[in-house]
Amino acid sequence: MNHENLLNPVAAGIPPSGIRKFFDILDEMEDVISLTVGEPDFVTPWGIRAESIRSLEHGHTHYTSNSGLLELRRQIAAYQKRRFGLSYDPEREILVTVGGSEAIDLAFRALLRPGDEVVVHEPCFVCYAPLVRLAGGEPVIVETKAEDEFRLTAAELERAITPKTKAVVLSFPNNPTGAVMEREHLEALAALLRDKNIYVVSDEIYAEMNYTGRRHVSIASLPDMRERTLVVSGFSKAFAMTGWRLGYIMAPADVMDVMKKIHQYALMCSPTASQYGAVEALRGCEADMQAMVREYDRRRQLILKGLRDLGLPCFEARCAFYVFPDIRRFGMSSEDFCSDLLMKERVAMVPGTAFGDCGEGFVRVSYAYSIKNITEALRRLERYISSHS
Amino acid sequence: MEDKHQQILELLEKDSTLKADQIAAMLDMSLEEVHEQIALLEKNGTIVGYKAVVNWDNEPKKTVTALIEVKIAPQQGYGYEKVAERVSRYPQVQSVLLMSGGFDLAVQVEEKSLDDIAHFVWEKLARTDGVVSTATHFVLKKYKEDGISLFPEPEDDRVKDILI
Repeated sequence: MNHENLLNPVAAGIPPSGIRKFFDILDEMEDVISLTVGEPDFVTPWGIRAESIRSLEHGHTHYTSNSGLLELRRQIAAYQKRRFGLSYDPEREILVTVGGSEAIDLAFRALLRPGDEVVVHEPCFVCYAPLVRLAGGEPVIVETKAEDEFRLTAAELERAITPKTKAVVLSFPNNPTGAVMEREHLEALAALLRDKNIYVVSDEIYAEMNYTGRRHVSIASLPDMRERTLVVSGFSKAFAMTGWRLGYIMAPADVMDVMKKIHQYALMCSPTASQYGAVEALRGCEADMQAMVREYDRRRQLILKGLRDLGLPCFEARCAFYVFPDIRRFGMSSEDFCSDLLMKERVAMVPGTAFGDCGEGFVRVSYAYSIKNITEALRRLERYISSHS
Repeated sequence: MEDKHQQILELLEKDSTLKADQIAAMLDMSLEEVHEQIALLEKNGTIVGYKAVVNWDNEPKKTVTALIEVKIAPQQGYGYEKVAERVSRYPQVQSVLLMSGGFDLAVQVEEKSLDDIAHFVWEKLARTDGVVSTATHFVLKKYKEDGISLFPEPEDDRVKDILI
């Protein structure tokens, strides 16, 4: 069979990750201090694990409702209200998904008609553009800039909007830049979107990891925005539950009804044992979560100061667990810099271009690592830099 | 500053090997401020020592630990303090806690052998003024010490080559 002529050209045409080569080298090296990983180093808090184990002991091994355990949806509604002031009906407007990624996929599949455009800001997490294409849409890339603190500005968004625009992705708090959209920045976008038939897909998976001293603001909490916003969140980052594959999406009931149908046929329901654990996460583990967030913030300050002391310009990342230093002065592409650093000092960082072409000149450094690891990485980086100046 | 010194304590309580410059960076303080705060906390007896938590099971040198329930007769004018202070002076005593319930002091003792512990109880503890009775429980195995689990930590099994 000639597969090339037979397979879905949209799926087959998704470009391979541009940094495969880099990862291949990384994979084969020993003694590497890797600051590449985008998941918490913490193990899921014991209370959550214990509750999930208990659910298995009690024989809760069957499907749950398509939308997820009602008790979990109620806990999600209460949690979102308590933390971010959002009000969603657990019966009709919340759907428990297999990770935030499924939620994003559902959103595009429910919203997009063939040829619809979706505005995606870059640098950002890598799933949006491919998922838009798979759903029959066309991603329109807007580059965010260091001088705007990597925020999506209303002016840039306005330039990207065409009559075909169906949705805008808002991925803040942002991976990989650590950029935060404060209320006033969201207000400016809302003012632009309010009178248009454009949806916002707001990926707020890092909402709890906000080190500004202010609570994360969801665009859905602004006047008139709830009806046009789909809020994606989940348990992976805040509760260190990546392997449990559990996220959720909140949206107006009419949109939700369509997403539920897709979810019902593609996934049936999210893993039951994970859902029982998640109930406990929201009911009894907020303090564990906050302790982890506090620890990330300390590491963030350590790494920001370390990088700046080494003379690397570094935007004040204030969320998630990434910093995004500027490496242009080394006169190398991001990928060459990362490969060179890996070869010479065995420190791994992700080239900024992995998150969009405009990430050129930057690297993503994750601080989901112990202080010991971070300190050692900084020491090696210092040696690397001093041999380059 | 109130909050900062609390945070310094939290950091050092978890890892006393942290250097002042690391603490300064983590808490957004100047190096001088950190030195000053730590000196103050040492001086006023808030930080009373720095030590490693050792799992002696990994070493040829073995120790025996006992938890001893001690009943005491409070003394006129001193209450429990005087007895507790006397018991605390013995170097083999690791901790002395005043307890509610059926006995008064919980005394943790570490020695080289069972005999040494027995000897300590008869010769020293039981004969301390104010001690009425003792009940000695030997520790068979330690699973967690000073908040640190002695079970092997899981390795970092995060996949390095997926882009999240």
